[in-house]
Amino acid sequence: MATEFVARGQDLELVGIHKEFPGFTAIENLDLKIPAGEFFALLGPSGCGKTTTLRIVAGLEEATRGKVLIGGKDVTASKPHERPVNTVFQSYALFPHMSVLENVAFGLRQRKVSDPLAKATEALQLVELEHLALRKPQQLSGGQQQRVALARALVNRPALLLLDEPLGALDLKLRRQMQVELKAIQMEVGLTFLHVTHDQEEAMDMADTVAVMNKGEIEQMGAPEALYDRPKTAFVARFLGQSNIFVGDVVEENDHSISISCNGQRIAAPKKRSEKHSGKVALGVRPEKATFHADKPDLDSNHNLVGPGEIIDIRFTGVSNQYLIDVPGFGDITVFAQNVGKSPVVELGAHVWVSWKVEHAFGLSDLPLKADNDEA
Amino acid sequence: MKFSLGKWLLPTYVTLAFIFTMIPIGYTFVFSFNKVEKSNIAWKEFTFDNWLNMCDQPVVCEAFGNSLAIAVISTLISTALGTAIAIALGRYKFKGRSATNLLLFLPMATPEVVMGAGLAAQFLNVGISKGFWTIVVAHVMFTLSFVVVTVKARVATLDPRLEEAGRDLYANASSVFWRITFPLLLPGIMAAAMLSFALSFDDFIITQFNSGPETTFPKFVYTAAARGIPPEANVIGSLVFIVAIAIVMIVQVRASLKAKKLRA
Repeated sequence: MATEFVARGQDLELVGIHKEFPGFTAIENLDLKIPAGEFFALLGPSGCGKTTTLRIVAGLEEATRGKVLIGGKDVTASKPHERPVNTVFQSYALFPHMSVLENVAFGLRQRKVSDPLAKATEALQLVELEHLALRKPQQLSGGQQQRVALARALVNRPALLLLDEPLGALDLKLRRQMQVELKAIQMEVGLTFLHVTHDQEEAMDMADTVAVMNKGEIEQMGAPEALYDRPKTAFVARFLGQSNIFVGDVVEENDHSISISCNGQRIAAPKKRSEKHSGKVALGVRPEKATFHADKPDLDSNHNLVGPGEIIDIRFTGVSNQYLIDVPGFGDITVFAQNVGKSPVVELGAHVWVSWKVEHAFGLSDLPLKADNDEA
Repeated sequence: MKFSLGKWLLPTYVTLAFIFTMIPIGYTFVFSFNKVEKSNIAWKEFTFDNWLNMCDQPVVCEAFGNSLAIAVISTLISTALGTAIAIALGRYKFKGRSATNLLLFLPMATPEVVMGAGLAAQFLNVGISKGFWTIVVAHVMFTLSFVVVTVKARVATLDPRLEEAGRDLYANASSVFWRITFPLLLPGIMAAAMLSFALSFDDFIITQFNSGPETTFPKFVYTAAARGIPPEANVIGSLVFIVAIAIVMIVQVRASLKAKKLRA
């Protein structure tokens, strides 16, 4: 069993992965390709199959159908210890009966790498924990354990590093700090990272590419900016950030835009930013792209305008105020206004008009579920 | 005058209970220093002779040696088998798992007399003459359940992700077992082994049915008790007691030192 270990990351390819558990399907025909050296995030709610996908890549779970290729080599039938892959587990899974140093050296010893302790010490230096090398894992804080888990995986220089919600147990401040460090380490070592998370901010912050997963399938994949700017499904629009979504029949279609009629008012979106051009269509806009006006403004056709509506909730979140505006026939519309000292002075119960540029709107390929609508 | 019941009753009760439990042990210990001519029932004179020449009565030491050998061998076998069964029951789903779980309780629930007699009948059926090895077989049979139950409790607290982490870090099945599973189960396995040893060492009923001419320490003491136990038996009894207490104390001290170190 001569597994070749590489200093640099390799690409990962999943072909038609399907996973059935007794009673339910966890993953539905998943295809995925992650280029070598990329930081790739698999984002989705709990139970969407993202952790199962990770475990299939690690070899800890067997796919019902489909193939796993690492660096072009089919490893579907390989045992976990034969794969050039290491995992940072959600609960860290540090060995409680070994010192921190022995934990980190474990993989090296198994592969009979020469001088495992020196290399393990180096890895601990990378995560700035060499002074705690002789402690037991239980004597460390959560953040320190997390770093040990990372060092234990990184020291092996795997072709692919799998991270299963590794920051989930840390408090917000530490989590943001570790995000920065993780990203820096990834760039430094040049490994391929597959990061599984349900935290959309974490995914957007660190990943080169984000795949949004729902109910065992990838709904949309792309760079974080592209995904945020133009979500293609109602699920992505709502899971990755917030969205206002309007549903109506298409009443006009020209070369540049489509318009739907929603409660007698027309809402338009650019044609090239819309997935569907006829029938019942859902159009959306991000809350920070919308603004509200105390009086009905006079706007050109490059803007959408709805109203008047009543402000039913104002939430102060520090950098911005979140306004919830109930517009009859449209439901609740969320508007973010940045706190730059000149936001319009409005009070709860005030009547306002909401507008946004047509170019900021996006058209979805599906319609939001009723349940999603109520939640939003 | 007010008589405070709680102030006197509880301490008195506890003291009496302690004295009551300690009497046989105290008697055994004190009479191991008795100078004996005919029988060891009445106190004569203090002497170290019994301790210095505890093998003067050859039967005593032979019986003790037999008991020790049987306990060690049956403990090794039942601990190895029981640990394997406990891991299988705790980790894997297989056909007949719940039946196995249930059957394991039977030896603990069955009266020893019934088990001993039942096994003796089987040896008779098959035509095996009773002796050292039939005792070993009998002891493995009844200690196995206790080992499984003890180790299984430890398996239940073992996070399966630790073994997964081992597999992920290039350890094959046997390395995962010896470097991760086994060390983490070790406290449970040791407890099971000690329990098994203690059960085997002082078993009388099942041994009586399956020993044939072979003498064990409990068997010897039982027979000797009719004519007054020789003081050498008291010496061995006291020795076993002291060793057991010493082991418990060492384990406790080590555990508390470790806990102190962890807190620091």
